[in-house]
Amino acid sequence: MIIRGQWHGALAGAGLLAVLLAPPVRHALEASMTAQMLVQIPLLAVAGVLLSRSLPGRLIAAIEPWNRHGLSTLVLAMFASAFWMLPRALDAAATETLVAAAKYASLPLLVGLPLAIAWPRMGFIVKGVFLLECLATLFRLGWLYLASPERLCNSYLLDDQQLLGRCLLVLGTALTLAIAGRLLWGRFDVTSAPCN
Amino acid sequence: MALLRTLCASAVLALAGGAAFYAGTDGLRAYTTESARRIAVREHPVAIPAVALETDSGARLDLGALRGRWLLVDFIYTRCPSYCRALGAELAQLQDRLAGPLARREVALLSISFDAAHDSPAELAAYLRRARSRGAGWVAARPLGGDGLDRLEHAFGITVISDGAGGYVHNAALHLVDPRGRLVSIFDAGDGQRAAQTVLARLER
Repeated sequence: MIIRGQWHGALAGAGLLAVLLAPPVRHALEASMTAQMLVQIPLLAVAGVLLSRSLPGRLIAAIEPWNRHGLSTLVLAMFASAFWMLPRALDAAATETLVAAAKYASLPLLVGLPLAIAWPRMGFIVKGVFLLECLATLFRLGWLYLASPERLCNSYLLDDQQLLGRCLLVLGTALTLAIAGRLLWGRFDVTSAPCN
Repeated sequence: MALLRTLCASAVLALAGGAAFYAGTDGLRAYTTESARRIAVREHPVAIPAVALETDSGARLDLGALRGRWLLVDFIYTRCPSYCRALGAELAQLQDRLAGPLARREVALLSISFDAAHDSPAELAAYLRRARSRGAGWVAARPLGGDGLDRLEHAFGITVISDGAGGYVHNAALHLVDPRGRLVSIFDAGDGQRAAQTVLARLER
């Protein structure tokens, strides 16, 4: 059963990647800054999360001593995702094949996958700080895109940039409300996974 | 022990990530493509290909033939309703600011159209009239055939995208090409004064 479950993750992850990289889907998502940042990039990371389910248990066990509380994998995911928040990185990915390839490889393997390893190992406080930072990033970027009178990416229109800004602010607000609701009425798992 | 190892691994990953970020932003100096290309040409001037152009008078002009002069180049399309007009006014003012060097043929102003299919010599001439060109030393031109436009856009770092309404959006700027035919400096579209000062200072050297 475990083996079958492992296959499912790899298949689902590879399937999602294949769909995202199919030229018509790829071009449609990359034609707009909004679709790229709200759909393509998150789904590339999700593909990595799916792939992580097929990682052999031995490999996870081998990195475990180096990854207490999921810290190392969290650091990796945060730096890799920060890189793809650079406007010029998105521009380069839109015009240069090599950079595009780096994007398609690094978002699943260096963001989604390590984040999936880190999350169950992260303590309550680390999770809280991480979520807060995610929210802050949504608001910061949303405000920047909305307020900037200039195009930050040469490959995208100003309208598109401002639409993305509004979407990020809406998303940030929705997530804040969801988390606040869960803090007030839901149940947070305060005890993290036992560490030996 | 596990905590120490984790801290070491995290530190190594953070250093590698920081190094990638540092390299990817030219040392935390350029976060956008526009600022990156300005730094890039200042530090490593780019040779401009000797592309054949057709000017507003219908004459053939090889970019290579302009070597020996300082060139201020902008990219336009004549149907442009907004931005290129401001750029056009900027170049008309540059004709005044650089009247002497333009008359002595030490400097030339060149507007290159990236809408070669539409911008015939007649359209280019009409564009110059609308921009109130003083006539002296300012040429509008379109690349002739083949891959001339692609080579120019690549060398200058110009990205042209459709605005979804039949027009274009592009990264408008003033580009300074030295007498050896190398792109050495890029100025904001509204920064003609600084462009003129730079040319005058270089001429005095």
